[in-house]
Amino acid sequence: MAPTRREFLIIAGLSAIGAACPPLGRIIAKETPSRGSHLPGALGAPALTAKRWAMVVDASKCCSDCTDCMTACHEAHNVPAIANTMHEVKWIWPERFANVFPAESHTHIQETVRKQIIPVLCNHCDNPPCVRVCPTGATFRRADGIVMMDSHRCIGCKICLAACPFGARSINFVNPRPFIRKLNLDFPTRTKGVIEKCNFCEERLARGILPACVMACQEKALVFGDVEDPNSKVRQILDKKFSIRRRAELGTKPHVYYIL
Amino acid sequence: MKLYSRGIIIAGIVVFLAAITFPFWYDRGKTIAPPAIELDTPAIEKLADKRCVEDTAFMRDNHMKLLASWRESVVRKNIRVYTSKDGRVFEMGLTGNCLKCHENKSRFCDRCHDYAGVKPNCWNCHINPEEVL
Amino acid sequence: MLEKALTGSRRYGILVVILLALFGMGVYFYLRQLEYGLGLTGMSRDVSWGLYISQFTFLVGIAASAVMVVLPYYLHDYKAFGRITVLGEFLAIAAVIMCVTFIFVNLGQPSRVLYVMFYPSFTSVLFWDMVVVSVYLVLNVITGWTVLSSVKEGVPPPAWVKPFIYLSIPWAISIHTVTAFIYAGMPGRSFWLTAIMAPRFLAAAFASGPALLILLCFILRRFGGFDAGKKAIDALATIVTYAFLLTIFFVVVELWTVFYSQVPDDMEHYRFLFVGLDGYKTIAHGMTVAVISAAAALILLINPRTRKKDSFLAVACVLVFLSLWIEKGLGLMVTGFTPSPLGHITRYTPTGTEMAIAIGIWAMGFLIITVLYKIFLSVREAAELD
Repeated sequence: MAPTRREFLIIAGLSAIGAACPPLGRIIAKETPSRGSHLPGALGAPALTAKRWAMVVDASKCCSDCTDCMTACHEAHNVPAIANTMHEVKWIWPERFANVFPAESHTHIQETVRKQIIPVLCNHCDNPPCVRVCPTGATFRRADGIVMMDSHRCIGCKICLAACPFGARSINFVNPRPFIRKLNLDFPTRTKGVIEKCNFCEERLARGILPACVMACQEKALVFGDVEDPNSKVRQILDKKFSIRRRAELGTKPHVYYIL
Repeated sequence: MKLYSRGIIIAGIVVFLAAITFPFWYDRGKTIAPPAIELDTPAIEKLADKRCVEDTAFMRDNHMKLLASWRESVVRKNIRVYTSKDGRVFEMGLTGNCLKCHENKSRFCDRCHDYAGVKPNCWNCHINPEEVL
Repeated sequence: MLEKALTGSRRYGILVVILLALFGMGVYFYLRQLEYGLGLTGMSRDVSWGLYISQFTFLVGIAASAVMVVLPYYLHDYKAFGRITVLGEFLAIAAVIMCVTFIFVNLGQPSRVLYVMFYPSFTSVLFWDMVVVSVYLVLNVITGWTVLSSVKEGVPPPAWVKPFIYLSIPWAISIHTVTAFIYAGMPGRSFWLTAIMAPRFLAAAFASGPALLILLCFILRRFGGFDAGKKAIDALATIVTYAFLLTIFFVVVELWTVFYSQVPDDMEHYRFLFVGLDGYKTIAHGMTVAVISAAAALILLINPRTRKKDSFLAVACVLVFLSLWIEKGLGLMVTGFTPSPLGHITRYTPTGTEMAIAIGIWAMGFLIITVLYKIFLSVREAAELD
C-alpha cells in the first residue's frame, strides 16, 4: 500500500535524524589526549606546584589610594578598562571594609579597620557554587585548588555570576578589545559574551613565576603559596596572625585569607 | 500516494539539483592557483632549525585538531609540554608558540582559510600579532 | 492537521500578520544584540540576569499549569475538562518554546548553546532544567497532537498515549521545581535561598496559568465559536482562587520569617522589593501595582457572585496574571541581585532592545497559540462537534 503523505514525512524525518547520528557520535566522543607532560621543566624554569594554592591578604599593609595589584593583574591578562561600571570587568580590585566584611562591621569598629581598603578577588573555593552550577563545565576546579575558566567552552549563561557569593566574576558585555589599554601579546584576550575572573595566574605558575598582583605589591601585602605545606609563607603567616575569610559561614571554603 | 502538480514539482526538483550542484559545475575546467603562503617572517628567519612542530603535510591536514587537543590539554589538564613525532619538545600554545613564529596572519593563515572559505574565530581572543606591530 | 492553520477568517489573518511583524521586530533587535553583545541590554555585572530570565521563570510556570486541567480529567475523570485538556497542552507547548527562546537570547555565546548537550555537567541544575523542559515539550507535543488527531478522526485516543499523559503530570511539577532549584540552591543569594521557593513557584503557576487559560477560552468563545462550558470555567476559576490564596499565603509566610527574625541581610532584600533602597524604587513601584492588583483580584475571586460572572472573572484573571507577572518576573529577579554581594546597589532598567526582543518572543508565543488553537477550532468544526 502506498504511504500517505504523513507517513512519507515521518519516515523522511526519522531518516534525516538517523543520517545525522554518526557525526553526532563523533562529536560527543572524547578526543584523544595529546602526548605531553605536566612540568615544562624541559623548556625553562620548573613550574610552581602545590597541593593547595592559597593567598593571604594582609590588608593592614594596603595604602588607601593604591591599585598596584589591580593594574598589574589587568595588564598581564588583557583585562579591559571599561568606564561604564555596569559593564566593568575586574579580576582584583579594592573595596571598603564594610563592603567586604558586612557581618563583622559595626558602628564602633576600630577606626583603622573601618577606613581599610581591602583587595577582593576570586577566592578559589574548595566547594565552589559556581563550578557546581556551570552547565558545560566551562568553570572547573583543578586538583591544586585553582578554579579555572575555560573561555572556549563558556556559553555566557551567567549562572556562575549569580551563584558566586563574593561577586568575583565578570562577563564581557561588549567586545573588550577597544578597551584594553596595552595589549599583552603573550596572553590572549577574551571575546564578548564569555565570563572571566582571577585565575591565580596559573599560566605564570606553570613557568615558575608568582602571580602578578603578588609581585607588584610594594608593601608585600599579598602572600601566595601552598597552604598544605607547613613551611610555606602563607602557613607561617596564618600560624602567627588571626585570619578571617569572606562569608565563611556559607561553607564554600574560600582560600583567600585576610589579616586586618 | 498521488503526486499532484507533477509538472511543477519535477521542474522544481530539477532547478534545486542544478542550484545545489552549482559549486561543482560552475568552475569546471578553470584552474585556480593554490594559496601562496609566506613563511619568511622575521621570527622564522631567526630560527636555526626552520621547522614547525610537525611536518608541513601533517600540519596542513591536522593543525586544527592539534590546536584543539592542545587547548584541552593546557586549559583543562595543565599538561603544557608537547613532544612531536620526531622527539622535539615544545610548549603548547597558539599565542605562546604558533603565533610567535607565524606573525603574518594576513599572508599566511588567511591565505588558506580564505581559499577554503573558513572563518576560524581564534583571533577574537588570540591576539593577531599584525594588529600590534 | 497543520494545513488548517493556513486558512481562516480575515481577523485570523490580520492577527497572524501583526504577531509575525512583532516577532520580526524582535529578530531585528536580536541581530543587533548578537553583533554588539549583551551590553545592549540593561544587565550589569551586579544584576547579571534581567528581563529575559525573569520571563523564562514566569513562563515555566505557565507551561507547568497544563497539569491543572490534565490531572483532574485523566486521574479523577472530571469530565468537564475533557474538551480543554488539548488547550492546556497547546498552551504548554507555546510557553515552553518561549522559555527556551528566552534562555537562548540571554546567552553571551549562543552559538555554543549545544555545549550543554556535548559537555553535560551532571551537578548543574541548569543542565537538568534543560533536560526536563525539553522532555516536557516533547510530552506535550505528543499528547496534544495525538488527542486532537483522535478528535479529528472521531475516535477515542489510542491506548499508547495514556502513559505519556500520565507522565506529563509529575513532569509538570518537576519542571517548575527544578527551575525553582536554580534559585533556591545558591548560597550567596539570601533572597532566593528559601525552601519555599519551589512551592511558591508552583502555587503562582497554578494561579497564573489557569487564569490565562480562562482568558484564552473566553477569546475562543467570542471569536472562535468554541464554548469550554460553564462547569469547566467555574472549576478553573476555583483553581485560580485557591492557588492565588496559597501564593499570597506563601508570601506572607516569607515576610514573617524575614521580619520577625530581623536578620538584616534578609530584611534588606525585602525592603528593596516593597519600599526601595537608596532612592531606587522602580521595583517597589511595580510591587505596589502588583499588591493592589492582587487585592482587587482576590475580592473578585473570593466572592462567588463575581467569580461566576464572566466579565468580573475576566478582569480578575487579568489582575492575577499581571500581579504574578510582576512579582515572579522582575520582582523576583532584580531583588535577588540587590544589594550585590559587596553591598552595592546597581540599578536595572530593561533597555529598548531588551524589551523589543522580549516582546518579539511573547509575540512568537502568542503566534504559536494562535496557530495551534486555530487548528483546534478547525478540527472541532470539521468534526461538527460544536
